[in-house]
Amino acid sequence: MLCLAHSTRYILLFFIHMTPIWYNRKLWGILVQIGAAFIAVAIALVLWVNLTDNLQQLGIQLGLDFLNSQASFDIAETPIAYQPSAPYYRALLVGLINSLRVIFFGILFATIVGIIIGTARLSDNWLVRKLSLIYVEIFRNTPLLLQLFFWYFAVFLSLPKEGNLISLGGLLQVGARGTVLPFGIQFSPEISALTLGLTLYTAAFIAEIIRAGILSVPKGQWEAAQALGFKSILVLSLVVFPQALRLIIPPLTSQYLNLAKNSSLAIAVGYPDIYLVASTTFNQTGRAVEVVLLLMVTYLTISLVISFTMNLLNQTVQLKER
Amino acid sequence: MLNQKMSKWLKKNLFNTWYNSILTLVCVWLLFFAITSIFNWIFNQAQWSVIAANLQLFFVGRYPSELYWRLWFVLAIILGLTLLTWAIFTKRISHRFSGTLSIAWVLSFPVVLWLIGGGLGLEPVDTNLWNGLLLTLITAVVSIVLSFPLGVLLALGRQSQLFTIRNFSIFYIEIIRGLPLIGILFFAQVMLPLFLPIEFRIDRVVRGIAGLTLFSAAYLAENVRGGLQSIPRGQYEAAKALGLSAPLMMLLVILPQALRAVIPALVGQFIGLFKDTSLLSIVGLLELTGISRSILAQPQFLNRYTEVYLFIGLLYWSFCYAMSLTAQQLEKQLGIGKR
Repeated sequence: MLCLAHSTRYILLFFIHMTPIWYNRKLWGILVQIGAAFIAVAIALVLWVNLTDNLQQLGIQLGLDFLNSQASFDIAETPIAYQPSAPYYRALLVGLINSLRVIFFGILFATIVGIIIGTARLSDNWLVRKLSLIYVEIFRNTPLLLQLFFWYFAVFLSLPKEGNLISLGGLLQVGARGTVLPFGIQFSPEISALTLGLTLYTAAFIAEIIRAGILSVPKGQWEAAQALGFKSILVLSLVVFPQALRLIIPPLTSQYLNLAKNSSLAIAVGYPDIYLVASTTFNQTGRAVEVVLLLMVTYLTISLVISFTMNLLNQTVQLKER
Repeated sequence: MLNQKMSKWLKKNLFNTWYNSILTLVCVWLLFFAITSIFNWIFNQAQWSVIAANLQLFFVGRYPSELYWRLWFVLAIILGLTLLTWAIFTKRISHRFSGTLSIAWVLSFPVVLWLIGGGLGLEPVDTNLWNGLLLTLITAVVSIVLSFPLGVLLALGRQSQLFTIRNFSIFYIEIIRGLPLIGILFFAQVMLPLFLPIEFRIDRVVRGIAGLTLFSAAYLAENVRGGLQSIPRGQYEAAKALGLSAPLMMLLVILPQALRAVIPALVGQFIGLFKDTSLLSIVGLLELTGISRSILAQPQFLNRYTEVYLFIGLLYWSFCYAMSLTAQQLEKQLGIGKR
């Protein structure tokens, strides 16, 4: 009996001293989340109703069946066989391959130029240092789109059409018809201007990343390597650079991602990449929702592949502690 | 004496090893070649009449010339406020006025838009007529101002303990960052009207600004997140120990420190946004790049690409470079990395 009275007292005490329900943080958290989810669903619903209304008025249905109908537009550069009678999905595939070509070459050349300029920024030669600084400041502080217009309209299209092409070190020749490599491999002025523009723009950013990476390596590492009798170029390539890579790779990855996304500016020079083909498809079919979704999936996939590859690379250069 | 110093400097900085000497000579030769051909082009070959004839188009586009006084007034307001801000930063004016000045900046924003756009007693000017550098500056500034609070909210959302809010923020940030800006601008121009009621039509300029804002907010959020992560846990604990509620803790203790730490990244973001306004020309807005293209499309200015692109390139460059110089100054003033 006594025991029961005792416990009742405790239960009563518990209820009296319980914190009021509106001070309960967990409850508030749940309420806020339910509220947020409710608002999000409500907004999504309103947008969806508007979208179906609008599409109905325009007489457009949702669905991917249009991909099988005839594209009936021509594409200037076709790495795989394509005729205007081919279906839309074939045209989009051509665009995708064109995009991947530019992204691949862009990343390759931008890395090479970026490493050269980045090391030149730290040269002990005053003139080299200043010239590379000027390069970085010019290319970083002007819009890429403008640079692309410049390379395409002011440079490539203003070059001589045939005959005396301008030769660069005997390796390649450039003219209004594009770039000619030895063995007769030819690139159109569109892809040349786009690759050149993307390379020089991204290289300016990569150069600053390389510079910061090299500067992050402690001075003792330089001195130790020099004490071992290495020449300065070997010190850089064998001792300093591998250590700098740890700091370089994460921001380098985001520059590669930027380059991949910026390749969509191909539309400025009329190079038929995935974005240009997709927007032509939209102009012909009016399928805004599907085209935007396709573009989203494509670019997100490209971004994921680049991040995944760079993460693998990043793991190999990480410090392995025993 | 001076001669000796100079030859010593030359020897140390340009001719210290045989390969550096070769490098120097190659650079000097390249520089000489570049400078002479550039000067030759500027003074002998270039036809600058395309710039001189279209100066108004480049700067303010088709804004009615009888209303230019309003733009001059806007310029005066902004220059005046900038001068005062600079004076406070260099401690020429007492720090006590910095609060008043912040309010003045905030108030100047609607006033400037009113002066440009008209209405409320002023003759309205259609956004179709806001072109050139004027439109570039308006879109850049408005998107920066709008995307900043959105970015901070997204960054806080990403750090939130609440499941739905955190995941929504992550979803938004990652989707936007995976897409090219031109795709988002396309979305804003084409899809946004589809998502709104049929009778509701929004202005092209507003759609452009919406696209830039949605895009920039995701990147800003990631920068701010970097700042939030740099704040030691002790700051949170101290704020809680003082009895601050969660919103006050963020507003008074965490955000001021976090934002201060990421000022260089934020300015970099703003420079990027300023450059990105050029993409509006692809979706048909006549900002600085767009108006240049329409000038170049006129038959009498055919093939004047180099002159026009160099001129507007210089304009873009001056603004971006000025912003990065300001950022460096600001970093020094605030002593980032020192404390």
